[in-house]
Amino acid sequence: MMLTPAGRLDAKPALLTLGSVALAVALVSVSSGAYPLSVADILRVIAGKEAADPVASMVFLEVRMPRFLLGFLVGAVLAVCGAVLQGLFRNPLADPGLIGVSAGASLAAIAVIVLGNTWLGGWLALTGDWALPIAAFIGGSLTVLLAWRIANRSGQTAVATLLLAGIAINAVAGAGTGLLTFYASDEELRSLTFWTMGSLGHAGWDDLVLGAPFMVLALVLAPWLARPLDAFLLGESVVGHLGYRTDTVKKVAIVVVGLGVGAAVAVSGLIGFVGLVVPHLVRQALGASHRIVLPFSALLGGTLLVAADSLARVVVAPAELPIGLMMALIGGPFFLALLLRTRVM
Amino acid sequence: MVLDIRNVHVSLGSTPIVHGVGLSVAAGELVMLLGPNGAGKSTLLKAVSGDAPTRGEIIVAGQSLADWCPQALSRHRGVMPQRVDINFPLTAEEVVRLGLSAKSPGRADELVEHLLSELEISHLRHRLVPGLSGGEQQRLQLARVLAQIADTEGDRLLLLDECTSALDPAHQQVVLQRVQRLAREQGVAVLAVVHDLNLAAQYADRLVMMRAGRCVLEGSAREVLTPEVLDAVYGFQARIVELPEGYPLVVPLGQTRAQTAPLKPVCRQAS
Repeated sequence: MMLTPAGRLDAKPALLTLGSVALAVALVSVSSGAYPLSVADILRVIAGKEAADPVASMVFLEVRMPRFLLGFLVGAVLAVCGAVLQGLFRNPLADPGLIGVSAGASLAAIAVIVLGNTWLGGWLALTGDWALPIAAFIGGSLTVLLAWRIANRSGQTAVATLLLAGIAINAVAGAGTGLLTFYASDEELRSLTFWTMGSLGHAGWDDLVLGAPFMVLALVLAPWLARPLDAFLLGESVVGHLGYRTDTVKKVAIVVVGLGVGAAVAVSGLIGFVGLVVPHLVRQALGASHRIVLPFSALLGGTLLVAADSLARVVVAPAELPIGLMMALIGGPFFLALLLRTRVM
Repeated sequence: MVLDIRNVHVSLGSTPIVHGVGLSVAAGELVMLLGPNGAGKSTLLKAVSGDAPTRGEIIVAGQSLADWCPQALSRHRGVMPQRVDINFPLTAEEVVRLGLSAKSPGRADELVEHLLSELEISHLRHRLVPGLSGGEQQRLQLARVLAQIADTEGDRLLLLDECTSALDPAHQQVVLQRVQRLAREQGVAVLAVVHDLNLAAQYADRLVMMRAGRCVLEGSAREVLTPEVLDAVYGFQARIVELPEGYPLVVPLGQTRAQTAPLKPVCRQAS
């Protein structure tokens, strides 16, 4: 592939290539599984032909399609939120978990799992099947709000305080999770562990209806942040010198991350790694400008998560590996190899 | 006046740093702020950059700082901070282009080309900024700031905080000549914090000496850079040599005492 004078991939061919890979991965993802579908089956279902096999139609429309869409959205949102936070904190190690949103969401979800039959019985009665995702979403949003309020006391958003508040919230939520784990029964422990490892196994249209609006909203707001985030790379004061309203930018960034990660954790549990590594890969290949980093992170994050999910369904079929585990298994060593090869962050 | 500072107080946290400073810079004027460490020079510049909460009035290009729309202000006021640390893989050219968001693509290309070559960093345009030397990064930031206020109609203000601190002597001359030309030929008002007294004597139209948060002396290099003033403000002895080029040269002779002598503020406090 052609390289630019700065030794990077050219954006247009790279977009074309990544787009093709994404399509191929999508096709593999919707066709593979316990009930394999051929491309012809899928085309027949999409075209709405009567000759379509009713089972194939059901599998494609009710199982594979929502799972693929949800997987792609979650991957895209986690990667974009990672890129936004890394820009905001001017630190390539920032991660969606950093300001406590994942920890808050998971604490709420685990509370529902462990206390659902006792103290939180009313919550279960009220929300039914959606008890867990809604609780996770509320927990995630509340932690963002809390971190934001702490960092906002003087009327301006102090990024360093936000980071410290995130660390403290993470610690408290971690302790709460530990306490609940300690009191959990064996059965609860099993579903709790499964949830903290992340999964798209139960993905259906309900999850999509619940999570997609927030995730799509986060993805739609993110491009507005691209130019100011570039300015953030030069330092927080430079953002204002270049004519952006620094505080508005920070607030929009926090809302994007709160909405996106809160919704993602709510529907799929804890999936690490995507938010940290995908933006890093994009920057290495295509440069640090957010007008490149944000869209490519979305595309690569979505593709990567769908690919990992397809693999997670196949390697130990008919069982499934948790997707969070799968991501860490493939991604960790890959990332280490990359670090050893490039040396410079 | 492009910049008019009237009775400005700045506190960082609960510590008052600048006490009632008044200062103005006219179009085409290159004013340099001098003074020992902790005198409040950079803090005053931060106040004009909008980076520190202030009491008092700061008027830029005819409008109070608070009344400016940030986007419009960014085209009339360029700010070069003391240092910018970039730890992401941006290229030099991308950094300059951050200052050009409002320009048409053709004009942007032309400006990038022009500024990079003027500041002698054309050969670095595709290099990643974290790999550049301190002096190269400093020239790059100046190019970015100059790009930002290029082509603006009306009053323009350039704020420079120690813009030559990482440069070798040759590039100090390159950069300050460029800044001087910008003032003389294009009428940009420049307020620069410097530590090098001889660079100040060589390039400034007017010097403002600060100490302990106040302006204590204001005038030409010949008026401000005297052995008595340097002894009183900085606490070092110096010989002043009058150069045939028309400006004085400060030759330090050694420290006299740790405590500096009292000096009555002589600057305009408010207008």
